[in-house]
Amino acid sequence: MSVQTWTYIMVGLSFTLYIGIAIWAKAKSRRDFYVAGSHVHPILNGMATAADWMSAASFISMAGLISFMGRDGSVYLMGWTGGYVLLALLLAPYLRKFGKFTVPDFVGDRYDSQVARFVAIVCAIFVSFTYVAGQMRGVGIVFSRFLNVDIGIGVLIGMGIVFFYAVLGGMKGITYTQVAQYCVLIFAYLVPAIFISLLMTDHVIPQIGFGSTLSDGSGVYLLDKLNGLSTELGFHTYTNGTKSTIDVFFITAALMVGTAGLPHVIVRFYTVPKVSAARSSAGWALLFIALLYTTAPAVAAFARTNLLTTISNAEYSKAPTWFKNWETTGLIQFEDKNNDGLIQYRGPKSEIENELTIDRDIMVLANPEIAQLPNWVIGLVAAGGLAAALSTAAGLLLVISTSIAHDLLKKELMPNIDHKKELLAARIAAGFAVCVAGYFGLHPPGFVAQVVAFAFGLAAASFFPAIIMGIFSKRMNKYGAISGMVVGLIFTTAYIVYFKFMFPELNHPENWWFGISPEGIGTVGMLLNFGVANLVSYKTAPPSLEIQNLVERIRIPRAN
Amino acid sequence: MPNNQSSQTYWKKNLRYLAILLSIWFLVSYVCGILLVDQLDHIRIGGFSLGFWFAQQGAIYVFVILICVYVQLMKRLDRQFNFDEHDEGPQ
Repeated sequence: MSVQTWTYIMVGLSFTLYIGIAIWAKAKSRRDFYVAGSHVHPILNGMATAADWMSAASFISMAGLISFMGRDGSVYLMGWTGGYVLLALLLAPYLRKFGKFTVPDFVGDRYDSQVARFVAIVCAIFVSFTYVAGQMRGVGIVFSRFLNVDIGIGVLIGMGIVFFYAVLGGMKGITYTQVAQYCVLIFAYLVPAIFISLLMTDHVIPQIGFGSTLSDGSGVYLLDKLNGLSTELGFHTYTNGTKSTIDVFFITAALMVGTAGLPHVIVRFYTVPKVSAARSSAGWALLFIALLYTTAPAVAAFARTNLLTTISNAEYSKAPTWFKNWETTGLIQFEDKNNDGLIQYRGPKSEIENELTIDRDIMVLANPEIAQLPNWVIGLVAAGGLAAALSTAAGLLLVISTSIAHDLLKKELMPNIDHKKELLAARIAAGFAVCVAGYFGLHPPGFVAQVVAFAFGLAAASFFPAIIMGIFSKRMNKYGAISGMVVGLIFTTAYIVYFKFMFPELNHPENWWFGISPEGIGTVGMLLNFGVANLVSYKTAPPSLEIQNLVERIRIPRAN
Repeated sequence: MPNNQSSQTYWKKNLRYLAILLSIWFLVSYVCGILLVDQLDHIRIGGFSLGFWFAQQGAIYVFVILICVYVQLMKRLDRQFNFDEHDEGPQ
């Protein structure tokens, strides 16, 4: 069967499964809609969190990025996993004990302030919208490449599916579809990785194959071969970095702390039945994420080696079919500058001019074709990419709808609204959010890539310190928390806007403060937040006894 | 409400666990994977140089282990102080 047929089968089967689950897991109450009734088993919540967390970017782009960045790619690997340690140890158990539904709930109640709640709502909505735009675009790209439909129609189909289970099922529907989506996406990621590992190194486990000798009998280690090829062609040595140590340090920290501060991740820990379940659920989530995140660098190295050996100095007229296929999408571009009919793929340090540009995003999608794997594997990868994008989009849409219906309407604007109307408002808000997300998917703002740094920076500089201090410091009051959040937000926003939007031409290491790139500046924003908050709170009156008792209560698992 | 004395001791113990676990977290990622990565790269394990391995593999494995250890430690601590939850449903 052809790739196309297999893709239709795989995508069709997975979509049927999601719809089936959505009908089975319809939300009946407000509690079902916001936090899946807090009945989700920790292992299932771990899977759902993993699917929620791993977006189209993790599935499609990350291995590609690493394969072009080499060791520097570890900022994503460590940054997007290390945050779960913070989440498990510092946030999840206490927020679960606190109960309620959302992050603004916690900020508003702990600091007993509508202003603090409002700042938190704005951050939650902004961060979530930033993120969701990229997901819908990812859905469109997978559809257009694998099913030959227009990107626009792809986005519409994706919207329809998400609309169905998010509006109908709320958190309950989303959680159980995310469990299914995790299974699809991890299977789709591991199968080609295992195949390629076997082909290249004779090892079943990619994480081990990655550090082993090549299967061609030469006895050369894969990474040594890759380093050799890279330097020979004028690229930097794969296992060495090019970024400065301080920048790597700050970017990793911003991504870790940002991860722990992202509202759609935090809110998942409200869905489990008890505090101990919140702790173990974070562990399961990281285990499920680590399965993909430790495979990704192996895939990156395999793909890079494969690419360099098959493409460099090959005759253009005899280039493999996958090369031609991707060339038609414009994601691979070849220009025979010296007219010798050969493909010269060279790095910046080479004396020969480079003739080939390759979009990083195709590495995972094209990898099965490059390694000549069977057609069903390629179809499976398409279904996996869709699962990754849809699961994240759904989780984000729920945060947006909850923020609007629960935090904004119920807690700020219309406190007298009853539960039934609030649930209806949440459904309408979810539907509305799907449409806005779809619009951004159809007409992507040119700045999607830039705003991702923004989302993490904001989460790191605003939520994370406010929540941490709310739990670990009884002395922290609303003046401290609000001024900390505001200073962290303004500082981080200003730095990013300056380098990314106003003067992108100045965005070079020599202009950065202390060599810290806009991607890493959230860490500085977070430190400022902590500093300002403590200073202001020290100068003003301590919070009321009632609040201090609330803090005492959330520190202890048993109900009291 | 549990008595104040025991909740204070419980919290202090919790903070000590956090300090130890987070130091390890910092050590494997920021120290081994970033600050000392070039020095560790002189050591080889199979095809990996050690610094590179920590940055792209090792740190993640340790993260998973850290959370598992934390879950077990806290389970024991909760039981010791009689703060563990008996199947209370959602409030």
